[in-house]
Amino acid sequence: MPVLDQQPAADSPVPAPIPPGALISARGLTKRFGERLAVDGIDFSVGRGEVFGFLGPNGAGKTTTMRMIGCVSPVTAGQLRVLGMDPATDGPRIRARLGVVPQADTLDTELSVRDNLVIYARYFDIPRREARSRIDELLAFVQLSERVDEPVDALSGGMKRRLTIARGLINDPDIILLDEPTTGLDPQARHLLWDRLYRLKQQGTTLVLTTHYMDEAEQLCDRIVVMDKARIVAEGSPQQLIERWSTREVVELRFVDASGAGDAVDVSRLADIAERVEVLPDRVLLYASDGEAAVAAVHARGLQPASVLVRRSTLEDVFLRLTGRSLVE
Amino acid sequence: MIAVRPALRVAEYDAASFRKSWKSALFISVVSPVLFLGAMGLGLGGLVGSGRGTVAGVSYLRFLAPGLLVTTAMQTASAETTYPIMNRLHWSKIYEAMLNTPLRVADLLAGELVWLTARFAVLSLLFHVVAVCFGAGRSAMALLAIPVAVATGLAFATPILAYTATQRNDQGFNALNRFIILPLFLLGGSFFPVTQLPLVLQGIAWATPLTHGVALGRDLYLGTAGVPSSLVHVLVLVLYTVVGVLLARWTMTRRLVV
Repeated sequence: MPVLDQQPAADSPVPAPIPPGALISARGLTKRFGERLAVDGIDFSVGRGEVFGFLGPNGAGKTTTMRMIGCVSPVTAGQLRVLGMDPATDGPRIRARLGVVPQADTLDTELSVRDNLVIYARYFDIPRREARSRIDELLAFVQLSERVDEPVDALSGGMKRRLTIARGLINDPDIILLDEPTTGLDPQARHLLWDRLYRLKQQGTTLVLTTHYMDEAEQLCDRIVVMDKARIVAEGSPQQLIERWSTREVVELRFVDASGAGDAVDVSRLADIAERVEVLPDRVLLYASDGEAAVAAVHARGLQPASVLVRRSTLEDVFLRLTGRSLVE
Repeated sequence: MIAVRPALRVAEYDAASFRKSWKSALFISVVSPVLFLGAMGLGLGGLVGSGRGTVAGVSYLRFLAPGLLVTTAMQTASAETTYPIMNRLHWSKIYEAMLNTPLRVADLLAGELVWLTARFAVLSLLFHVVAVCFGAGRSAMALLAIPVAVATGLAFATPILAYTATQRNDQGFNALNRFIILPLFLLGGSFFPVTQLPLVLQGIAWATPLTHGVALGRDLYLGTAGVPSSLVHVLVLVLYTVVGVLLARWTMTRRLVV
């Protein structure tokens, strides 16, 4: 299924200068594990109060990038500054001002909710008394106040995630790093988590997150970089990305013949109706700025699709265009 | 390089984690020496030496007590630096969480050693009290066997910790127990003098920190410690610990900082 008319290139070949007030900036940031290049010379910067997302398929280099920002994984090459400091020399000082929500919860499941937070607060040298009042606040914020004395073992997946977020906030961080914050959660738990993250955003907290959920990126992020195969392939706000890499609308057509196959129609007859045509096993997608006009054109050519759906372009269309439909492992 | 405060924060975690099991740990720390000294020291000891009950000129119980004191520290060292460390390193990823804070790998290691030192000290003190109740180690000099037991514990804890940091599952721990800890427990000099062993095994025994720890602990208990031999014993224990710390620092960094 030939889809891409051209291989998308990095959005801007010349890296933009570091914006003043950037909390995180990377130039040519590279990470190599032996022979494998996990992050291949990427440039980005994150400003104060911004919600910045790394979007990409598994193995694209998102987590590795987050770990370098979090000063737990040494940079192989390139420049990285976090809060104006160099992770290579100022790791502990930077980490003192970061809040990290790792992909795995890394909680001590045998200790109580409160003990997990007290212990973590102590790593930041927060006095116990201060930690206690802060913990009450944070547990109220993540709606776990009633569970304070329970062992973490007894919590559901969504509760553990919220606890991990509360833990990441214990030192009142300047930047919060969230690596796939909602992966594996049920819809209720995800929405509750988004709601909390949205509140942090409203309070002006700088959030950096990775995700492969488009709705998550669309809802939360001011700015997104799409990563694929260790590189950044696109950057912008969700709206900008859609404008740049997709059309305003998408028409989904289903043609069903006796065999039920999608190739019941000669696709060449559709080619000039839309800016881009994508043939999938069960349907044909027309990328067009005016979906209704495209549908009218299809009918005018005497084609009779079994079903027609006109919808707005989403980030998912952008994502699939940029990173391909085939499974990346 | 080693900051005291971050290390203490890690030890605080260990203490919090220990709070759930301190009662059973205390129970075992007291009951186990009572059982061993009662069964082996008095029961078996009554048969030793054709019924005279003496080894190397002293009662079997007085011979056995310092050996068991030191050997217990070794066994605790092995238990505390295998599964619990694997849990923090791999299963629960507690260390990963710690490293997201200002703590560094060196702080993690230092903190664990602070905690283990305290743990060995309390354990050995309890053992010593039980031994004294049984009539062994009733001199002031015998108290010095406690730091010797602690040092022996560290001489095992540090290399085993280094080993654990290279493991991806717990399969190696069985082998460690079966081929190193258990043979040392039985043959390292606690139950009978190593001179009873074939020469090859004697050589192997003296290459391990246990036999030196046991010999020094026993000398202190029986008041037979000489300066040159004691220095050699201490040197071996320190050497194992220092090399163990360096190795653990290396393997933990390799494992955690990637």
